[in-house]
Amino acid sequence: MQKALLINPEKCTSCLQCELACSFEHEGVFNPAKSRIKVFEFEHGRRAIPYTCTQCDEAWCLHACPVEAITISPNTGAKEVNDNTCVGCKVCTIACPFGTVNYNADSGKVAKCDLCGGDPQCAEACPTGAITYVDANWTGYERMLESAVRAHPAA
Amino acid sequence: MNHIIIGAGPAGVIAAETLRRLDSDDSIIVIGDEDETPYSRMALPYLLAENIGEDGTHLRHGADHYAAHGIRVLKGRVTAVDTGAKNVTLEGGDALSYDKLLIATGSHASRPPIAGMDLPGIENCWTLADARRIAERAKPGAKVVLMGAGFIGCIVLEALAARNVELTVIEMADRMLARMMDDAGAEMIRRWCEQKGVRVLIGTRVESIDNGEVGLRINIGGGEPVAADLVVCATGVAPNVGFLEGSGINTDLGVIVDDHLQSNVADVYAAGDVAQGPDFSTGQSEIHAIQPTASEHARIAAANMAGRSNRFDGSLSMNVLNTLGLITSSFGLWDGIENGERATVLDKKHFKYLRLEFDGDILVGALAIGLTQHVGVLRGLIQTRVKLGHWKRELLRDPHQAMSAYLGRTQGDTSPLVGATRAA
Ligand SMILES: Cc1cc2nc3c(=O)[nH]c(=O)nc-3n(C[C@H](O)[C@H](O)[C@H](O)COP(=O)(O)OP(=O)(O)OC[C@H]3O[C@@H](n4cnc5c(N)ncnc54)[C@H](O)[C@@H]3O)c2cc1C
Repeated sequence: MQKALLINPEKCTSCLQCELACSFEHEGVFNPAKSRIKVFEFEHGRRAIPYTCTQCDEAWCLHACPVEAITISPNTGAKEVNDNTCVGCKVCTIACPFGTVNYNADSGKVAKCDLCGGDPQCAEACPTGAITYVDANWTGYERMLESAVRAHPAA
Repeated sequence: MNHIIIGAGPAGVIAAETLRRLDSDDSIIVIGDEDETPYSRMALPYLLAENIGEDGTHLRHGADHYAAHGIRVLKGRVTAVDTGAKNVTLEGGDALSYDKLLIATGSHASRPPIAGMDLPGIENCWTLADARRIAERAKPGAKVVLMGAGFIGCIVLEALAARNVELTVIEMADRMLARMMDDAGAEMIRRWCEQKGVRVLIGTRVESIDNGEVGLRINIGGGEPVAADLVVCATGVAPNVGFLEGSGINTDLGVIVDDHLQSNVADVYAAGDVAQGPDFSTGQSEIHAIQPTASEHARIAAANMAGRSNRFDGSLSMNVLNTLGLITSSFGLWDGIENGERATVLDKKHFKYLRLEFDGDILVGALAIGLTQHVGVLRGLIQTRVKLGHWKRELLRDPHQAMSAYLGRTQGDTSPLVGATRAA
């Protein structure tokens, strides 16, 4: 059974522990600007939504990549960027309709959530249970997929 | 079932892989006329910039990738298609029969009808072979003239600059990136390039090229000739449809395809740069000549070749570009529609620009300079045609709220949210 990041915004207090943990795990610095998960605040901070890649089945990023730098991890199912292959062309950053692949000018590569190889640090760091890593056949999962982009029936 | 795919670029290769995934026993042959392992043209600038080696341009890695997927990649050039007998003829005379045919032959670089354009030292930047020749001449300090500052021209500009050449860009139109940027954005990019030491001549016509005392002499309208060791021509491309003459397959600029990526002839499909297919924004038949469209075309065409019936809603025209570190993107109807509404923030000093175009409360186009975070959501907003409701007012006030608007409209009120995967 594959696992998924389950995000429950109701529980998010916007403490940004997830962003700090993510940037530390991937970039070795505590810097929310370098995080692959991002907390968006609404209603003047009364509501917050942690947001990152849903590892969608359509995999727009993967299909747009010209050099096969994005592949599916056999362990976690995450769409992972291989830094050695990525040329930094950024086509995936415009192809992803969720806006969850970003270009990092310092590295000259793109970055996205890779589920930390199966031990997502955002979920680990979240003190309120707003982000958890659970079995993917949770009942809300299908509903989320329905809200995903339907513009193209990908083959 | 015999599938034949003409063209071993991104569209051809992705179609072949999709066919294999959907139809496990069929014979799949990809015929390509370049003497290379299938590669991506879009990776060429990174080869020229010496960020990668030639194998870094390859579409797929692993020596036996194609064999392992039961895909036969054949070197050869198709010279004719007989849609009655259902076969293709290869240079040399061999014929191969097909049940389903995909035309994925891409485009070739074209040169303007100017005297001297065939002199040695003038190159296109379209193929791996072109890139090798450019690399030979574009040594540090070499004088290089780049003709054309469109999308491809500007990508090549970045690569040439990385080779530390003395670069002059000559563009006939009165702005750079005429087809992906408005006046304000194009002017910002031009200013940026000049600040970085690239000479940019817009509204300038190359009248002829001849041999100067040393190297080439580029004669331009209204100015002193420019000397060059190398001229790179990026003035345009034209789809490879010549071999289809007399086949009965309808072509305009490219092969005209319907919303199933099928041509007017049954069992003949087209994908990628050669296909003139539905545009998401206009509903018209257009050629985008971009990688994401090639990939989408290929997957939909292959599914239909495999007997499914996948309707294509049209591809969204979009580009992203890095010009000497300034990152620019454009989406859909960035120039707006009649009676539409527009939101812009222009910060000339810091080289930042964002322009959104609305049709009612739906986003239909966008331009961005200096934006790298969550930029894809502009595509998401446009292509899901999500009704922005009260978020439109917010976006008119602050266009940078695009990501929040998307979240607010699509997920904000439904909870919880879940991410990640189903078993692949
Ligand atoms: C320098 C450069 C930079 C680019 N940068 C970007 C970018 O940043 N973003 C983006 O979206 N796009 C970019 N592009 C465009 C992108 O590369 C194309 O959209 C893409 O290659 C289209 O793929 P295709 O398979 O349709 O065509 P192609 O890649 O052109 O492949 C077609 C193949 O078919 C072969 N062929 C043609 N005729 C025949 C025949 N009769 N018989 C056998 N084989 C034949 C051709 O030789 C070629 O190998 C760039 C292109 C270039 C040149």
